[in-house]
Amino acid sequence: MTLASLTRPWEAMSYGFLDASAKRELRRKMLKAIAVPGCQMPYASREVPMARGWGTGGLQVTLTLLKPSSVVKVIDQGADDSVNAASIRSFLAKVSGARETWDTLAATLIQSRHRIPEERLRADQVLVLQVPNPEPLRPVEPNMSHARQMHADADYGRLWLILYEEIVRAGRIMQGAAYPALVNGRHVMTPSPIPRWDVPKLHMARHLTFLSAGREKRLFAVPPFTRVEPLVFSDLPYRVEDHAGLTCHRSGMKSFFMNEIPQADGGSAHELSDSHLGIKAIRQAEGGRAEIGPTWYRDGRMR
Amino acid sequence: MTPALRAPELMTTPAMLTMTAVSRRYGNVVALEEVSARAYPGEVLGIVGESGSGKSTLLRMMNLEETPDAGDYRLSLPDQPGNLFDLDRFARRMLCATRIGIVYQNPHLGLLMRNTSSGNVAERLLIAGERSFAALRSRARDALDASEFPLARMDARPVELSGGMQQRVQLAKAIALEPVLLLLDEPTTGLDVSVQALVLDTLKRLQRDRAITMVIVSHDLGVIRTMADRVMVMRGGRVVEEGLADQIFQDPQHEYTQQLVHAKL
Repeated sequence: MTLASLTRPWEAMSYGFLDASAKRELRRKMLKAIAVPGCQMPYASREVPMARGWGTGGLQVTLTLLKPSSVVKVIDQGADDSVNAASIRSFLAKVSGARETWDTLAATLIQSRHRIPEERLRADQVLVLQVPNPEPLRPVEPNMSHARQMHADADYGRLWLILYEEIVRAGRIMQGAAYPALVNGRHVMTPSPIPRWDVPKLHMARHLTFLSAGREKRLFAVPPFTRVEPLVFSDLPYRVEDHAGLTCHRSGMKSFFMNEIPQADGGSAHELSDSHLGIKAIRQAEGGRAEIGPTWYRDGRMR
Repeated sequence: MTPALRAPELMTTPAMLTMTAVSRRYGNVVALEEVSARAYPGEVLGIVGESGSGKSTLLRMMNLEETPDAGDYRLSLPDQPGNLFDLDRFARRMLCATRIGIVYQNPHLGLLMRNTSSGNVAERLLIAGERSFAALRSRARDALDASEFPLARMDARPVELSGGMQQRVQLAKAIALEPVLLLLDEPTTGLDVSVQALVLDTLKRLQRDRAITMVIVSHDLGVIRTMADRVMVMRGGRVVEEGLADQIFQDPQHEYTQQLVHAKL
């Protein structure tokens, strides 16, 4: 027996960049997060070659889930071609050998900042959302120990009070993104700063969702077929952004979540926030091959 | 509404609040030494004593904010929860939110100063599970009205209100869920005499109309005399004298009570 026979050849980094112990810890925490939907699990949050606040939490979860057969899609506010999304995607491919894609239907692992794709995700897909602030109680209780106790007691009265105050002062709920939602009837989570439009996509979804905050060192999960109910008063229904009547000026797609682009004449144009859906629509319109899968919304309404 | 019982009738009914041999030490300082207290349904129990006598500590125990070193605390509730000091944190929180109301001397302890006044009342209702916005508004309005708060200002923030108005918001919050026990910790201290009189009038009317059992702590014998049916006099963490209000004020037996009454007079 020689030393060489007992060791592996030197490699620049572990498979999937993170070392085995980091991934082991993350897997344990991810399993716990699945077992208690919406409950925040603390984890060590290793250094990755990216600054905190740029998606390090999502990246660590994605790195842990990667395998050579993975097909990875990364989006930033719905766009596949932003610098941050492109950098993360190429990094993931480089450290794992996984294939890159822009197509939601082709992806097995989707890391996202602040959007959920418009095409309905399948049971074999995993969504990883980057979360800047995982604590929904932060606005009402800055002390983290007290906030943990409040979660333990399901003490969410002050969170409801924020909604009450917004209606009293503004006549409607002003919370645009990161709308608090009750998961599995027990824990309130912040579903990362996804727009209100996207929150219903998590309710009883077929896919598994992880939400991870690298800077805050906490992750939580929404397992498949789990109730995700936005906090709403019984006599004031939950409302998504009113984008039902908008049309994308590039692709002609209607009634999906749009980005507003100010125009020189003071007006606004709109384009699909889910950029690759728009690309596929343009390809189809030009007679090319592009498959658009079933979407969560039809005519601006959740199906 | 059940009319409030007066003192002679009280003794024949089972007590709403029973505290037995409650003791609490902070290091070498004895805050409470084997204190026992009873309050009957619809009764106002006054607790008087000098600063440091233990009266506010006792009130915090009644509000389950603190746990004593020893003692037993029971409320006459349909579900008979036993010794309330044995309840876990969650059960205590729910009991305090739904069955016990408290008005603090310092409104900052009892109110969210940057929320609206109606929101402060609604918070109680939200903890109790109310999820209809219309019902929250209506119940908050009713509670504020009952505490004689001007409804035109129900969405003003407490930080914008006078001390007397802040106490009324606290009172509305305390009675929103129709508690069985209302605790008042120096509710009129710091208010000018005319506002004190208005707040006391509101308390008396509430007590008369709703027959809520009240425990009022004050160092102001005038307030206790106006409000209380029975009085407990405390000193050094012990009860030195207890009796009907008239009896305590007309014929004090303990030397310390005599000093208190005569100092006031």
